[in-house]
Amino acid sequence: MKNLHKTWFDYFLLLFFAIILVVTLYPFMNVLAISLNDATDTIKNINFIIPRHFTLANYKYVFKEGGIVQPLFISIAKTVIGTLAGVICTAMLAYTLSRRDFVFHRFFTLLFVITMYVGGGMIPEYLLIVRTLHLGDNFLVYIIPGLIWVYNMILVRSFIDGLPGALQEAAKLDGANDFQIWYKVVMPLCTPVVATIALYYAVGQWNSFMDTYLYAKKLPTLQYKLYEIMSQATMQLDTHTTTNATQAVTPMAIRMAVTVVATVPIIIVYPFVQKYFVGGMTLGSVKD
Amino acid sequence: MVAKGKGGANKKEKISLALIWKQRYLLMMSLPFVIWIIIFKYIPLWGWTMAFQEVKPATFALPIWERPFAGFANFTKAFEDRLFKQTMINTLGISILQIAVGTIVAILFAVLLNELMFTKFKKVTQTISYLPHFVSWVIIASIAKNIFNDGGVVDSLVGANLHLMSTNSPLIWMVIVIIDCWKEMGWNAIIYLSSMAGIDPGLYEAAQIDGANRFQRMWHITLPGIRPTIIVLLIMSIGGALNVGMERQMLLSNALVQDHTMVLSWFSYTRGIKSSDYGLGTALGVFQSVVGVTLLMIANKIASLVGEDKLV
Repeated sequence: MKNLHKTWFDYFLLLFFAIILVVTLYPFMNVLAISLNDATDTIKNINFIIPRHFTLANYKYVFKEGGIVQPLFISIAKTVIGTLAGVICTAMLAYTLSRRDFVFHRFFTLLFVITMYVGGGMIPEYLLIVRTLHLGDNFLVYIIPGLIWVYNMILVRSFIDGLPGALQEAAKLDGANDFQIWYKVVMPLCTPVVATIALYYAVGQWNSFMDTYLYAKKLPTLQYKLYEIMSQATMQLDTHTTTNATQAVTPMAIRMAVTVVATVPIIIVYPFVQKYFVGGMTLGSVKD
Repeated sequence: MVAKGKGGANKKEKISLALIWKQRYLLMMSLPFVIWIIIFKYIPLWGWTMAFQEVKPATFALPIWERPFAGFANFTKAFEDRLFKQTMINTLGISILQIAVGTIVAILFAVLLNELMFTKFKKVTQTISYLPHFVSWVIIASIAKNIFNDGGVVDSLVGANLHLMSTNSPLIWMVIVIIDCWKEMGWNAIIYLSSMAGIDPGLYEAAQIDGANRFQRMWHITLPGIRPTIIVLLIMSIGGALNVGMERQMLLSNALVQDHTMVLSWFSYTRGIKSSDYGLGTALGVFQSVVGVTLLMIANKIASLVGEDKLV
């Protein structure tokens, strides 16, 4: 558009961003390569991105004896249930608060928005959840306290605000009640924003670590399991000391395999969803 | 109250039982969540009262009026704690470093990416650049161990043992800030890039006709164009200067460097939950919030004094 012939600066930028890409991707490829490399060979030098001695032994060990099957299951369960519950509840609440004729519209909205700016903090929340409600080490602690993110609710509400109001009016004239209007008329139109918040919830659930750390160490997720593996290792690079003489698996190889298992879902969904993420972010920034 | 807009035909409907009954479905669809938010967000706020009481596991079960009143004793205890001073230094040190480095890197990234002419490559670069944002801190910490630990990738590249994550000094701040930059750079640049998209292209054309070269255009058009965005984001990050996340700090730390990674929220956890001094832990949390709000207001005031729009 500006000047069509490219100068040295354009090629410099090309090189610059190529380096940025390498710096961004190299650590991930390094982890993948180590997880697929023979553990005793890795000890020599960990700086590589193509497996030198390809093996699946690390993964076999992790799934058979590494105790990650249960954490994997818990992670999947909390992601699926947390996302479903979060999306339904958020959308339902957002609809009621999008209705300017709702008597409590202003009051309820205020109640939710205030919590975006002030919060009780870690200790009071911990005491409420563990001491008062006795939700510690209960699967519900993964779902209920973080059920709705007010930010997501506002995203959905501003999306509904942008829908033509005539549809709701028509449904009302046909005798539909407010609940029917929500799930028969409004929800089907909300697919893009529902996709966006579903992704926010899913990634949040999959990645969360503090909830397990604070409330439910007996229900370890994959993230927490990885943390445990990490904190067992020492400050030194954990390539040494084979844990199992016959299989030649090192703590580092285990850590790398678990890291890959915990990252793969994000990498797989990423290409499909990244546009929704960004859409949500810019939507949020222009909301008022 | 004033800004009701034009569509308010039925704006002042009286709250009557008949109207509530008419809207019973809306009420049923929202009331459970109102109760939920009162329990999970407002009751913890009420928990701030614990900062002014002596609350230990034994006295926690007592009703609030029977717990021993402590006045500001929890606060003095916190400030006199042997770890408090170092914790404040760490928190502010990491925050300031992070705000400075993070902001500059994100702006630089956005400005340069905006200049990139190879459109397809530009798209790919941007897409990949915010991949690390979606990866959890646990995974990032695990990856960072490979890169920065003794004998890790960086050590093997320079051929020397740099002790990046095992030197008990503020060096670890720099390592943490670099990791954070690596993770969030692309994501933070999005907001600058979208704000650049709003700059009038006519400005660039006019500048070109006047003979401005590319660097002059970046300096005199692009940067001033995103100035309001930069100011707003800076104000917000100054407001959050004490809220350095405990999760990241804890995961990137280890026993060797812990003196320099302990931050306020982690400290509050250690005293409040690990040592079960609930009153003290809450007091630290309250201190963090109150100072945070104060910093936000000061930053906001300064921004309005230098002629920028107020944020709040």
